[in-house]
Amino acid sequence: MNTLLPILAVFLLGNLLVALLRVARGPTPADRLLAALLFGTTGVAILLLLAFATASAALLDAALVFALLAAISGAAFAQRAWREEQAEAAHDDD
Amino acid sequence: MTTTEIASFILLLTGAVFFFAGTVGLLRFPDVYTRLHALAKADNLGLGFIMLGLLLQAPSPATALKLVLIWLLALAASATVGFLIARRARQNGIVPWQSGDRR
Repeated sequence: MNTLLPILAVFLLGNLLVALLRVARGPTPADRLLAALLFGTTGVAILLLLAFATASAALLDAALVFALLAAISGAAFAQRAWREEQAEAAHDDD
Repeated sequence: MTTTEIASFILLLTGAVFFFAGTVGLLRFPDVYTRLHALAKADNLGLGFIMLGLLLQAPSPATALKLVLIWLLALAASATVGFLIARRARQNGIVPWQSGDRR
């Protein structure tokens, strides 16, 4: 059983990296904001798996803080990131 | 392999499957709204399954409660961030994708 946890953590990391390709390539700034969502869920999942794989409770607290930071940074990006976009009033086409 | 280990094994695998589905959805969907849709729902469900799988192995009830708390916080986080991103995209004039549009 405890061999499954690191394997899943590595799988999720691969998942994260592949998803970051879309975030990097995303045409609109909204796609780049998806990174905050990604880390909110995939990052927390990786931390949880490693917490149980290495049986260290500290990682659970790290996952808690990580989920909170992902929320705050995502909200901040969404509110702040597009101030200049509105100034140009550019029409984002996909 | 006791039954709890088998159960958590299955739950962890379904969680991984949902994460994979979320990533595939993120890459394949044509529009930022559909990507938000895929990402917020599938990944959270995956996190929920992984949390359930780990819940069975939790050494103490305190750790189990902390796991549930982390999941709920992640749910709230992705709900708010997803909503803010969608509203911001809508304000900036990104038109949702219709079936006829080009990819």
